Amino acid sequence: MYLYSEFDRTYVRNRVRMFRDQVDRRIDGSLSEEEFKPFRLMNGLYLQLHAYMLRVAIPYGTLDSRRLRQLAFIADRWDRGYGHFTTRQNIQFNWPRLKDVPDILDALADVDMHAIQTSGNCIRNVTADHFAGAAADELSDPRPVAELIRQWSTDHPEFTFLPRKFKIAVTGSPNDRAVTRAHDIGLRMVHSKEGQNGFEVIVGGGLGRTPVIGKVIREHLPEADLLPYLEAILHVYNAIGRRDNKYKARIKITVRETGIDAFRSRVEERFRIIRKEFLGADQQVIRRIRDTFAEPDYVQAPTAAFDDALRRDPAFRDFANGNVHRHKNPDYGIVSVSLKAHGRTPGDASSKQMRILADLAEAYGHDELRISHEQNVILPHVHRKDIPAVFAELSRGGLGTPNVGLASDIIACPGMDYCALATARSIPVARDIAVRLREIERDVGSLKIKISGCINACGHHHVGHIGILGLDRAGVENYQITLGGDATETAALGDRAGPGFPADELVPAIERLALTYLDIREDQDESFLETYRRTGLAPFQAALYPDAVPKGRGGHPERSNDAVS
Amino acid sequence: MARPFTPKVLTANHLLDGDVVYLAPGSRLTRKLSEAMLIEDESTAKALLEAAEARSSVLVGPYLADAIRDSDGRPRSTHIRETLRADGPSIDIL
Repeated sequence: MYLYSEFDRTYVRNRVRMFRDQVDRRIDGSLSEEEFKPFRLMNGLYLQLHAYMLRVAIPYGTLDSRRLRQLAFIADRWDRGYGHFTTRQNIQFNWPRLKDVPDILDALADVDMHAIQTSGNCIRNVTADHFAGAAADELSDPRPVAELIRQWSTDHPEFTFLPRKFKIAVTGSPNDRAVTRAHDIGLRMVHSKEGQNGFEVIVGGGLGRTPVIGKVIREHLPEADLLPYLEAILHVYNAIGRRDNKYKARIKITVRETGIDAFRSRVEERFRIIRKEFLGADQQVIRRIRDTFAEPDYVQAPTAAFDDALRRDPAFRDFANGNVHRHKNPDYGIVSVSLKAHGRTPGDASSKQMRILADLAEAYGHDELRISHEQNVILPHVHRKDIPAVFAELSRGGLGTPNVGLASDIIACPGMDYCALATARSIPVARDIAVRLREIERDVGSLKIKISGCINACGHHHVGHIGILGLDRAGVENYQITLGGDATETAALGDRAGPGFPADELVPAIERLALTYLDIREDQDESFLETYRRTGLAPFQAALYPDAVPKGRGGHPERSNDAVS
Repeated sequence: MARPFTPKVLTANHLLDGDVVYLAPGSRLTRKLSEAMLIEDESTAKALLEAAEARSSVLVGPYLADAIRDSDGRPRSTHIRETLRADGPSIDIL
């Protein structure tokens, strides 16, 4: 776990003190909303449809029981008893009152947390593989690197007013669970041919209104060059990124308009200039950070209880098969706790559930928790002998849903139920799809459904096996479907299937896709995505638009009714 | 050609709690769309919006939202977004 120094604590407390003064001045009328808005956004405070929303940074999704209990306390004391975990591994409180926010920030500071840089055109919370430090396939733990980047990027004077927001993701595994190819910068920890540790650096990825899969700017960057290279990329982006048009200001557009080779040349030129200014302090810091991310003191004990439960209990078998992942210590498992109970809001956890998770982490999980970008909670280190007990406790708290990786494990942004930018609702769509597919989801197997309530794509719909984008068509919700997206190391953007669906036709359409897959897959081992890649759009389009005239404009079928796309 | 004016309600978020509020008769603020004043002419709408913008110690982001009069004579929104603003999230909260 990361550790704050006294400098960090003083810095965060001072920021809270400043914000308290700004809130007081806003309430007494000394500051206008125009003057106040930049201050509140710099402290993670948004104004949404019905209320303020406070977005709290969870550094690369890493929590312990003390911090999670504090989030539960905040939810009860100043909000409505729950929080919403997001695709950026953060938590959002949906109902704080303005005058309470400084108190909430003080309560966060009590456990070395804050909401700084969760908004604005700066480097946002660094995200990482949620199995970091535990995964069997991991080359190296990405958390120390993420922490180094966090310390470097927090309040970085050169990068506080970038052309647009900037997101960095890190993975230490060849199996990419951090969506590195859809970030402004993605870092994949790799070994060189000579066995030297380093990074594949990917730049210019992103979703939103212009989805782009990032391009490799450096195949192997030595570890010690990381910060100067990041600084070189940010410097070039800051200098040539567009500020004339908000929709063309992300680095993906800069890279596209400049060309990856020309962009790389500029970065390498800048890197040569600044590399010599890095005299090794960053390497001293990361060595200290690594000490704070030491492996847990693993327990050596028989695992028979796990095997017994597998034999005896079919419900546990479903849980173990879906929600427990391979740990690098074969006596341990990584437990993914689904926040996707059928019919509930993806990513929401009540304060009671947060406390259950904190208790379990403390009792069975070496006091570690992670939040995944898929809006679930991870207990990364659970001895296999303890997993049956963990499952029992989770089930009592409504947290034992064995659906991780299945059709109901849906990513959904808050959508128009909360978000001021949304053009359609996401949560009811996710809820209804999960309930509708419940009976067949085990047959369907791995299926990533991702839903965004607007073109900004917070729900990652472009990289969903089935992506759903909610739009506003003359005041009525309408949903476009994309197929074949992929968020992993084989990243791909989904193909638009055709005209959109009104809300009441969407869920049956998604069910037809799942049933079509079951009909046409070669065998049970061929996943939905593999089937799609083998067959292409055609059989799925036929299922979506059974009454359509084949091959309309742009290769899309045309519906025979009046639906608008 | 300018679009013809359609009836509106004046809405904003309240500074202290972010609640959705509407302008009701007598310059009163209400949290119920059904109690809001339906504004049926453009010049009144413009004047009320200017007045609301001046109440920045109470109101954040005032604007005019389309509405119609329902069969009970009360204002009702014509867009899903405004319906959700008026009614709150359409989902169960934990």
